[in-house]
Amino acid sequence: MSGLLSRPALYRYGSLAAGLALWQLLGPKVDPLFFTYPSAIARAFYALAASGELAQYSLESLQILLYGMVLAVAVGIPLGVLMARFRPIDWTLDPYINALYATPMVALVPVLVLWLGIRMEAKVVVVFLFAVFPVLINTYQGVRKVDPGFVEVARSFGSSEWRMWRDVLLPWAVPYIAAGVRLAIGRALVGMVIAEFYTSISGLGYMIVRYAHNFEMDRTFVPVILLMFLGVALTAALRRLERRIAPWSRSDP
Amino acid sequence: MKAQAGARIAVESVAKRFGELQVFRDVSLEVGGRELVTIVGPSGCGKTTLLRCINGLIACDEGRIVAEGETVTAPRPNMAMVFQHFGLFPWKTVFANVAYGLSLRGVAEAEIAARVPEYIALVGLQGFERAYPYQLSGGMQQRCGLARALAVEPSILLMDEPFAAIDAQTREILQFELLRIWERRPVTMVFVTHSIDEAVLMGERVVILKGRPSRVHEVVEVGLPHPRTRRTLSEKRFAEVREHVWATLMQEAREAQRIIRP
Repeated sequence: MSGLLSRPALYRYGSLAAGLALWQLLGPKVDPLFFTYPSAIARAFYALAASGELAQYSLESLQILLYGMVLAVAVGIPLGVLMARFRPIDWTLDPYINALYATPMVALVPVLVLWLGIRMEAKVVVVFLFAVFPVLINTYQGVRKVDPGFVEVARSFGSSEWRMWRDVLLPWAVPYIAAGVRLAIGRALVGMVIAEFYTSISGLGYMIVRYAHNFEMDRTFVPVILLMFLGVALTAALRRLERRIAPWSRSDP
Repeated sequence: MKAQAGARIAVESVAKRFGELQVFRDVSLEVGGRELVTIVGPSGCGKTTLLRCINGLIACDEGRIVAEGETVTAPRPNMAMVFQHFGLFPWKTVFANVAYGLSLRGVAEAEIAARVPEYIALVGLQGFERAYPYQLSGGMQQRCGLARALAVEPSILLMDEPFAAIDAQTREILQFELLRIWERRPVTMVFVTHSIDEAVLMGERVVILKGRPSRVHEVVEVGLPHPRTRRTLSEKRFAEVREHVWATLMQEAREAQRIIRP
């Protein structure tokens, strides 16, 4: 039922087209200092793309997003498994993780910028902090829920703990981890933009701040729309990847 | 058919408790080399727990279990278990599932590639090497579970109600296939089941667990010749042993009913 002409698709694309048309129709009636509309954004997009400005800022942002996400996955997954398997580690780290996860991460951004400066490292750390918890917590929960029958099989065949991670726990937790990474990407994008607001020297976040300050609404919306597409595309790509590496799991946990 | 090469497994006065519940107490039993012993008993009698103790998956509270001269404290490489729940990894193909035990033992890839197809063929799964468990029927999944256990060439095979979750017809086919495999390459086998027919058909001796906490109530010599086939099922001796085991277990079931309905 995922064809372009299926009933749900008809409603979805119809709604989208109607929304865009309405925006295009009503947008120009508002003062351009405060609002804009699709065709103006498209023109601004073309101008920014042609000048190379958009590519430059996008690449800066993507780089931060990539490093932050890689770090979040590299720390979140092993730590999540470790905490799920060894209760003392769980009990030891649990208060910090709970506290940090509950803290609105935005509140930490000014402090982090103060500590780490306005260069890339600071922004990567912000993205990491926004993204690591969903990965960690989902991995933890996935591994905790492992079917005890599989652990028993592994033990019966004489598996070491480390081999059990590889053969049983991580494959089992793939759907959980993937859901965590999808959540993390959404949060990482937020973290990235906020970090760029604060540091204000590079990236799509900086573009937004700069053009908004100049009341250039059409240009402001270009990075906003781009971020939206980025979020949707990354999440969809991840779903695809998940289906490829975990063909046995047909539904999300 | 008593133990030929001395006892391969000796269960010595073993007791197991889960919290308040004393599952079994003072269970002793010996299984000889290349002997196929079945353990039968009502559900909840702890036969599966006993098998897990023999495998070293759980520790017993009292007594000890000796396998091939050594006290069992953890799973040992010379034993392999076939599980009621199959326990096939859904993320591994049939090939990778069968290769699992070998790869844990550090067997070289080349040898795995040579040995695994042999066991896949032995259980009749040729052509399904690249299938995933969810693409197989229950009977085929358990064939895969059996191949995984046989592939590590264990001297002791532990069967935990392996066919309980499989439909009746497939179950019968698998029983005879397992008998063929065992007759060709006999290993020491402990086969737990709640089916009296299965216990008598498969076993050379049938161990009856009974009581609460349960203990070994009786060990019945089956005395049916090999090879055992469908014709075994209509032999007089089969019916006799079956009736005997049935009567022994029913006696307890009736007593249990009397407790429930005073």
